[in-house]
Amino acid sequence: MARLSRYLEIGSSPHVTDGTSTDVIMLNVFLALLPVTAFAIYAFGTGAALVIVVATASCVLTEHWLCRWTGKPSTIGDWSVAITGLLYGLILPPDLPLWMVFVGGVFGVAVAKFLFGGLGMNAFNAALVARAFLQAAFPQPMTHWQMPFAEGRFEHIPTSVLATPFWEPTYDAVTTATPLALMKFEGQFAGGRELMAGLTSGSVGETCGVLILLGGIYLVARKMMNWRIPASIFLTVAAMTWAFQLYDPVTYPGPVFMLFSGGLMLGAVFMATDMVASPITNAGCWLYGMLIGVLVVVIRFWGGMPEGVMYAILLANAVSPHIDRLIQPRVFGTGRGTE
Amino acid sequence: MHPPEMKDETADLAIRQFPFAPVLIVPLSQHLGNPAKPVVREGQEVIRGQTIAEPDGFMSVAMHAPASGLVRRITLAPSITGTKVESVYIEPYPASTQEIDDGEPCGLDATPDEIITAIQHAGIVGLGGAAFPTHVKLKPPEGKRLDTLFINGVECEPYLTTDYRVMLEQTEDVFMGIRYLLRASGTSEVIIAVEANKEDAAERFRSMCPDDLPVTVKVSPVKYPQGAEKMIFSALLGREVPSGGLPADINAICCNVATTAEIGRLLPRGRGIQERVITIGGPGVEKKGNYRIPIGTPVRFALEQCSPAEDLSRVFMGGPMMGPTVSNLDIPITKGTSGITAFTTAETGGATGHKKVYPCIHCARCVEACPVFLNPSQLGILAKNEEYEQMAESWHLMDCFECGACAYVCPSHIPLVQYFRMAKKMVRKLSAA
Repeated sequence: MARLSRYLEIGSSPHVTDGTSTDVIMLNVFLALLPVTAFAIYAFGTGAALVIVVATASCVLTEHWLCRWTGKPSTIGDWSVAITGLLYGLILPPDLPLWMVFVGGVFGVAVAKFLFGGLGMNAFNAALVARAFLQAAFPQPMTHWQMPFAEGRFEHIPTSVLATPFWEPTYDAVTTATPLALMKFEGQFAGGRELMAGLTSGSVGETCGVLILLGGIYLVARKMMNWRIPASIFLTVAAMTWAFQLYDPVTYPGPVFMLFSGGLMLGAVFMATDMVASPITNAGCWLYGMLIGVLVVVIRFWGGMPEGVMYAILLANAVSPHIDRLIQPRVFGTGRGTE
Repeated sequence: MHPPEMKDETADLAIRQFPFAPVLIVPLSQHLGNPAKPVVREGQEVIRGQTIAEPDGFMSVAMHAPASGLVRRITLAPSITGTKVESVYIEPYPASTQEIDDGEPCGLDATPDEIITAIQHAGIVGLGGAAFPTHVKLKPPEGKRLDTLFINGVECEPYLTTDYRVMLEQTEDVFMGIRYLLRASGTSEVIIAVEANKEDAAERFRSMCPDDLPVTVKVSPVKYPQGAEKMIFSALLGREVPSGGLPADINAICCNVATTAEIGRLLPRGRGIQERVITIGGPGVEKKGNYRIPIGTPVRFALEQCSPAEDLSRVFMGGPMMGPTVSNLDIPITKGTSGITAFTTAETGGATGHKKVYPCIHCARCVEACPVFLNPSQLGILAKNEEYEQMAESWHLMDCFECGACAYVCPSHIPLVQYFRMAKKMVRKLSAA
């Protein structure tokens, strides 16, 4: 008969967990963005590659420094700031001066994430805050669009990318207007197939809708994303656009154009779904997605700017805690089914 | 939510009699309610099955000697709750044949009140784990009427196979128990609830059911925590027990299948509970199995008989989702113990295995998992800030029945249900003050 002599440990149940971990979820989101990133570099060349690297590095280093500076253990190992950095890189113009990229990344992480209390506390998506900051600070470089698949895009670095800080950048790349700008100012609508395949110009990683969707499907399949948010955004935008197009097909584009142009796909799949800044209930997520959808359509059709996804999501982020306050699960034994 | 069931290793093992430990420790409080009053004194000889403590009031049940032997001491002994409770130490006679002393039988022709008293004096409590005195449930509050009797065979905790074995091996006892329960409670309909992964048990009930019993066997989906009575009522009857209410509010009562089998086995012979069926399992023991074990057997003795692993690291009563950890191996098996599960360092990770706790990222997994539709994420944040009253007043803390689903799914490894257990205690303390 064996004698028990070992010390046993004491812990409160449950004694098992399902094995998921926050850092694993974050890492998977990061991985889901890699195909989009690869396509971005292929489409826009060395400029885009540099922008993505500097954007990611600026965010990760900022978080690391701030943690060290405040005497806390570094939190970059949870991969959340890496997602912020990569997403931030993917929503910038491909020939943006690198010093601007760096300044924006520092601002986004320091103000929108760290000052709010770090992971889990950020009320706003930090990547979008960084971009909104640049949009306000450097409006011209932020609306300068390089032609995709340009000749020699892998051989040389666009001069603007390496511009000296605080000096006016000079541009040598061939530029073009984004599909949304063409819609807004010229009344031209790009074709759906062209948009889905990523043949148009735009921010580094927002052009190829198909790859973004595939990344989203991967995350939904692994139960790491609430599909209701993008679904709600898509349905709202499509329904509104369809109604307007029916009313006036010359002024208003169709649903396919609206869904696959600009940052809608990337925003709906990867940024509106930021778990921290979105509502916690499924019903709340539907409402939150609808709000984003309506705002996108309103800003795109009647706002001063051609694109509205960024502000739509940031505004919805601000409303998200209130949605959570309004919509809570119906507690068992209250209301329906109770006698 | 579907934690791995882990039942394969013991599901096919028939119930076997467990040997007597050198000393059996019978706590006088193994149930919710008042502790029983001892009717034996130190140094007295007792016969197996003899009543050694009488119920103290209605919310209390009797205790019986688990073995023929000598009452060594009546004193405080460690219990699973962490507090010490008054207990009777019995030293079984090694040479005794351990015949059971039968009492006054209670037949099916007895009145409902006589059956209720017989159940109380047989010391019967919920054997599923809650150890709520069964006879109390049978007497609904004034003005309530019971119509449906549920027999709960949904054993949703991983590793445990006691109810499953009882359903297969004591099917006749279950039907006999149902007869007593029907008569005592005045219900007119019986639903036996079995999980879809125990289809053979359901089939056995269907084929063996006597024609005169109003029994329906219903199969519920395999899902944690389907075995909680509130979940069974809502899944199979479509009625939700109101928040803060009792099953009697929806005219139903629920009785664990092993409890029912014991009623059917003990009452005709006038016996009390002096043993129960438990599963001893988990990777930490070699001789896993389903055992009929004397009440009062110390956990240490039980484990030693089952070849414990060298690197045993955590031992808990019941299953891994809700089972309380054994903090002292001299704690006895009580009526509410449905199993002993042992983990090695491979499962717990040992001293360095504690998972890193991340901040809540609002991923909503806990909200999806909560069977009573609470918001564990929000409750967890409030608990961390010690805002217990707000948790109870605005976030339905007291509706939590501590199934542990939230902590099981949390990717940030936040000890949610652990916070809530503490918070509930604090709220009770604050409201009592």
